[in-house]
Amino acid sequence: MTSTAPRPVATLRRPYPPVRLAAAVAVAALTLVPLGYVLIFVVAEGPSQAADLLLRPRVGELLRNTTALTVTGCLACAVLGTGAAWLVERTTLPGRRVWTALMAAPLAVPAFVNSYGWVSVTASVQGFGGAVLITTMSYYPLVYLPVAAVLRGMDPAFEDLSRALGNGPWRTFFRVVLPQLRPALLGGVLLVGLHLLAEYGALQALRFPTFTTAIFDLFESTFNGPASTMLSGVLVLGCLLLLVGELRLAGRARVARVGGGVARAAVPHRLGARTPLALLGMAALAVLALGVPLGSLGRWLVVGSSTEFPIGLLATTTATTIGLGVAGAAATCLLALPVAWLSIRHPGLVSRLLERSTYIAGSLPGIVVALALVTLSVGYLPTIYQTATLLVAAYVILFMPRAMVSLRAALAQVPPELDDSARALGARPAAVLWRVTLPLVARGLGAGAALVFLAVVTELTATLLLAPIGTATLATEFWSNSSSLAYGAAAPYALLMIIVSAPAAWLLTRQSRREVVA
Amino acid sequence: MWRSRQGVLRSGIARVVTATVAATALTASLAACGGASGPTLTLYNAQHQDLAQAWIDGFAKETGIAVEVRRGGDFELANQILAEGDASPADVFITENSPALSLLSSEGVLAPLDQATLAQVPARFNSGAGDWVGIAARSTVVIYNPSLIAPDQLPKSIIELSGPQWKDRIGIASGGADFQAIASAVYTVNGDAVAEQWLTGLAQNAKVYQNNIAIMKAVNAGEVPAGVIYHYYWYKDRAESGQDSSNTELEYFDKKDAGAFVSVSGAGVLKSSQHAAEAQRFVAYMSGVAGQQILADTDALEYTVGDGVPQNPALRPFSELDPPDVDLNTLNGPKIISEMQRVGLL
Repeated sequence: MTSTAPRPVATLRRPYPPVRLAAAVAVAALTLVPLGYVLIFVVAEGPSQAADLLLRPRVGELLRNTTALTVTGCLACAVLGTGAAWLVERTTLPGRRVWTALMAAPLAVPAFVNSYGWVSVTASVQGFGGAVLITTMSYYPLVYLPVAAVLRGMDPAFEDLSRALGNGPWRTFFRVVLPQLRPALLGGVLLVGLHLLAEYGALQALRFPTFTTAIFDLFESTFNGPASTMLSGVLVLGCLLLLVGELRLAGRARVARVGGGVARAAVPHRLGARTPLALLGMAALAVLALGVPLGSLGRWLVVGSSTEFPIGLLATTTATTIGLGVAGAAATCLLALPVAWLSIRHPGLVSRLLERSTYIAGSLPGIVVALALVTLSVGYLPTIYQTATLLVAAYVILFMPRAMVSLRAALAQVPPELDDSARALGARPAAVLWRVTLPLVARGLGAGAALVFLAVVTELTATLLLAPIGTATLATEFWSNSSSLAYGAAAPYALLMIIVSAPAAWLLTRQSRREVVA
Repeated sequence: MWRSRQGVLRSGIARVVTATVAATALTASLAACGGASGPTLTLYNAQHQDLAQAWIDGFAKETGIAVEVRRGGDFELANQILAEGDASPADVFITENSPALSLLSSEGVLAPLDQATLAQVPARFNSGAGDWVGIAARSTVVIYNPSLIAPDQLPKSIIELSGPQWKDRIGIASGGADFQAIASAVYTVNGDAVAEQWLTGLAQNAKVYQNNIAIMKAVNAGEVPAGVIYHYYWYKDRAESGQDSSNTELEYFDKKDAGAFVSVSGAGVLKSSQHAAEAQRFVAYMSGVAGQQILADTDALEYTVGDGVPQNPALRPFSELDPPDVDLNTLNGPKIISEMQRVGLL
């Protein structure tokens, strides 16, 4: 049954299956292309140049800003995401169904639309405070969704036991509930951290310079490969810190159980007199995360003189965006599978390194990833340059962490004994994967696909550089119009981005709802 | 139970695959259309898309030659062209400011333009090497909020902005190509010694915004009294709804001050172009009478540069601007970047 005791590791040291290992190595190699590009630049520059570019006051300022934003943003998302999930799933908060949808909905609003919306309401959101506020409002669902899913599926017997042994409610939360939430919570926080390192669009409007905005500035200034890729090197170090930190905190607890048993329905905690306060907090969160950007968008549609609805263009742009989103999501999940499987079923140094390496590109600015692919494909694979294939490859590289985290969380919940039993009954390894493992992780795959889809719909930089010529997506059209000050003309594209994203966000809440019957 | 789950999964996967294939096919077919017979030119466009599209439509009407577009910022696309090398699909590159074209010119990837094309535009708007031509111009201005600063307190020269009275009272977009072109003009007009002091002082005074639009919004909202931008952002916002400019006015420096610098949007043909003749024709079109007339008639609100085509009448007359004499080919060398790194703006 469920236990947080360390699982004996020795029994898992089985040789890596060669085909799956080869697949995982190939996927990891693909995601490491941008890192290789950065390293080649750094090495070519040599230590003295590197020192000149890195040891200056501006870099110190960027380091302070990036660190402060990443740490504060991760903590804020962890607290808000977990708090909201607890209120919705485990208390007598009225209107649970409404809150379930509202809490995940900010995922459908692109971070840069959120930030444009806020800036047009008040200038006071510029600087550190505003950057934390807006990125937290955009990214806390990445923590909320997995935590809510685990809370819903959690057997209340453990809490009852803890309370019966004399622990108070807070002590029970921290000593019994939180340890079970740990893998989901940390996975969510890792995604938030990677996004904060690579965030550009949202911070651009907030006058809060970080490494990523500085890298974009350098690319805007001149042909400055060395200086900007050197700064990317610092981002990679930041990402490594996050990856090691998450690993240290996650530990090796086993969260899988054979058969869900029949968990008694959890009795929700009574909020009593605190109900109005909780409702007020949840409503404030929804207004800050959804009300402000949607309100601004509505005003643009009404005020802008360039507002028009070119139906044909809107329709083809939407279709292209959905096509790329679906292709990106499918490819990313497919390629994440061997790496995730290996890292869960064969924990060891090699599988761990392979899995961790797939996160690195997620912390790099889109322009660095895109230029790495330009250089590589022009040099070695000219036939795929500026084709949909290369663009989808860029999406795979950029958004692999979203699929990896979801898929690993799902695989970790599947007891390996089921695989063993299937093998013992004579099923071949491929059949085990197809008939046993995949059906059990279908939900995790779906969640990963939805998260990747949401990211692709709003991706801008790699799309501009790598898409087949003439391809317009909702994000490129929004950018094009808003940079020409045609807010009215830009607004329908922002609105369509939200509408296209809504089903994926809704799917994610459905995913976590069904976890109950797991 | 296993069977049913598997069935659900299989049909789910089948649906995803079908959708993917359909979507990819759709994307491919979308990318493929736009094809008249004959060569199709590829334009790397860093100018505002509405203006570029007006030129493309006019060119297609006149010549029957279709033009496909890749969009991006000046240096994003310049970087991409350099990364692509001889394999670049680009035939023509147009920019918002001249420095990105100067970079490509110095890297030797631009082809010489036809003499007739260069002759359509006064020499001061063209490359000295004859490999790019001016297609539009924009003037540096100070945008200010009259409720925060009286017109008589405005600077007479851009050099004054480094003085202590401007601490936290001036907005700049130092991360963008626009400001860097302006700063280069200060180095050219006022000399290194004055310019270095100026940049140091300005770095301490300035509130840094991401682009001209952000500066305009901030001045309009009363967040900062004044800022340095290009003129047409203000005119375009006034033409749209005035929501980000209604509380602001423009002030021009004139008198050949470095702050009266006029930056030039240019067009060049790539040496690697497979359709050199058509590409030359497109550049000749944009810088010629027809193309310049389109610029004057649309709401791009930039100045025309072609000989004999009057500007958009909504703008202040170009003849009154009195910009400094700056050789565009010398702008924005690596020097300005290292200077901006020295004072911590980059």
